[in-house]
Amino acid sequence: MKAIKHIIGKAIPMNMTDIDTDIIIPAQYLTSTSQTGYGKHAFARLRADKDFVLNQEQYKGAPILLTGSNFGCGSSREHAVWAIKELGIDAIIAPSFADIFTNNAKKNGLLLIEQPQEVIDKLMQKASDSTNEIEINIEEQIIVSGNTTLEFTLNEFFKHCLINGLDELDYLISHVEEIKSFKTKQKRETLFIN
Amino acid sequence: MKQNIIDKVWQSHIVKQNPGHPAILAIDFCLVHEVTSAQAFDTLRERNLPVFDTKSLLATVDHSIPTRKNRHEIFDEMAKAQVQKLRDNTKEFNVPFYDMDSQHQGIVHVVGPELGITQPGMTIVCGDSHTATHGAFGAIAFGIGTSTVGHVFASGCLLMNKPKTMKVEFNGQFQAGVSAKDAVMKLIATIGIGGANGHIIEYTGSAIDSMSMEARMTLCNMSIECGAVAGLIAPDETTYAYLKGKKYAPTDKWNDALNYWNSLKSDEGCDYDKLIAIDVNKLNPMVSWGTNPQQAIEINQNIPNNNDDMTTKALDYVKLSLNQPIKDTKLDWAFVGSCTNGRIEDMRVTAAILKGKKIASHMTFYVVPGSEQVMAQAEKEGLIDIINASGAEFRMPGCSMCLGMNDDKVPPGSRCISSTNRNFVGRQGTGSMTHLASPATVSASAIAGKIASPTEYFNTDGEIA
Repeated sequence: MKAIKHIIGKAIPMNMTDIDTDIIIPAQYLTSTSQTGYGKHAFARLRADKDFVLNQEQYKGAPILLTGSNFGCGSSREHAVWAIKELGIDAIIAPSFADIFTNNAKKNGLLLIEQPQEVIDKLMQKASDSTNEIEINIEEQIIVSGNTTLEFTLNEFFKHCLINGLDELDYLISHVEEIKSFKTKQKRETLFIN
Repeated sequence: MKQNIIDKVWQSHIVKQNPGHPAILAIDFCLVHEVTSAQAFDTLRERNLPVFDTKSLLATVDHSIPTRKNRHEIFDEMAKAQVQKLRDNTKEFNVPFYDMDSQHQGIVHVVGPELGITQPGMTIVCGDSHTATHGAFGAIAFGIGTSTVGHVFASGCLLMNKPKTMKVEFNGQFQAGVSAKDAVMKLIATIGIGGANGHIIEYTGSAIDSMSMEARMTLCNMSIECGAVAGLIAPDETTYAYLKGKKYAPTDKWNDALNYWNSLKSDEGCDYDKLIAIDVNKLNPMVSWGTNPQQAIEINQNIPNNNDDMTTKALDYVKLSLNQPIKDTKLDWAFVGSCTNGRIEDMRVTAAILKGKKIASHMTFYVVPGSEQVMAQAEKEGLIDIINASGAEFRMPGCSMCLGMNDDKVPPGSRCISSTNRNFVGRQGTGSMTHLASPATVSASAIAGKIASPTEYFNTDGEIA
């Protein structure tokens, strides 16, 4: 995985709550067995509207998405994260995120930052100015937008993986002997699949 | 210290918890299907890793396959390649696979329990958000993305921080014609689609005690629709009676298993992070009106004015208005099936309501069993003939019309009443409108041609007259 320490660029204001993964990537595009090719279908149903924020020239390639609460609810499809990353988005700032989406984001270096609604509202307002850029410093855990500096919390382990480009699977594999002995004991005592 | 069942099952699966790190959580079983596994098998190949334990995996096909009689012929080239990919991957990595016509093919969440794989105290995962279904047996079961599927393939574990716990009590007795589906829809309407984010739910209460395993699975299945990581029910005599004699259930070690399973029950007076109680005594059948599962009301109510932008957007999409009664809304399609309501009890209630009647002439009604075993049992009980005689169409097992990714789609602009779990914009096909309800409500509505209550079909004993 690519190491990410800074994210700098425009923010896309997508002012909707409860954006579900069916909206992010409709199921008809999930028959692919590849991990790429979903970006062009990202938010397909919303993009049918020519005024939708992602159709506006000024937000093309912007690396930050600003949105409402409970982003990514619904299905477990990781294709939703792949599609968003393919759009060039490296960070999403919202009041809250759904759990499976959050887990999937971590596996793909997509940074999710929680901020209170009133902060999001202000950032959204600023984002409508096409010259406005936001800087996210992951090591310092701060967002800089104009004169404003905001702090954000980040899971220590995820931060470590993100800024060093490390992968959770490497960590798991490094414990495989412990896992084996744990599972042997478990099969003897508490697992009853015949 | 007094512990709830969630804490007990969680703790018994921690392989290691390094400070500042998520837990390395042992996963006992991983169910696999065609849509969320190909890229996980690729990860194994890229890193030259074997499957950690092939006996803890089981694959089947459900999401992308047609449900026509000649379902082997997949016309969509991408779907065909995806199914073939699963065949190739399971062969290469030696993963047990139930293909079409194997007698055990079906929706992963129907197949696992009916084989007796799903047992109390286990951790079960699948690349599918409705994995909480297995929680009905007292397992911690949850959906994961494809990368995590790869982690489980390679290590038999995943990394996770402990979720919070929540107790949901369903007290009382259902009125005739009201079921577990209505109860869980009521919960979601009450706490909202993010109401249980970050929590694992334990469902308890007198209404749960009297539920069958099928009903409990319906209830746990929709835990994700209020954002819960998982939802579970402590095992009891109903659980054990269901499990006994199933293919993968313990035989020689049955008594050891019972002792262990009984020890998992929540300790008297234990704590939870959140509590909610719902009285089901006066609950009426539920129907969704909008574009997420929280936008649902009792069938005798009118569409509420929540004064928010989401309501306006939803009503615009579903072509309904504020304060309009949901009852009598004209329908085009009906669907009974899915991992929520595709089990034998769902087929039974559907057949009992349709028996000797005809669905409205303008309606199309698909009834899709959750597995080949459900289909075989329905055949044995004569349900298929009853359903087909009503003008409905009994089809082959699969996810079918739940998610708009195989041939079974609701056409654009059409309105469907559906026993499924999500009414998101375009969920059943681009431009389709979905009303979620129980199989009984779907069947009664198919006969009426409009949204209708099933209660008139039931006598006071809860039986269909």
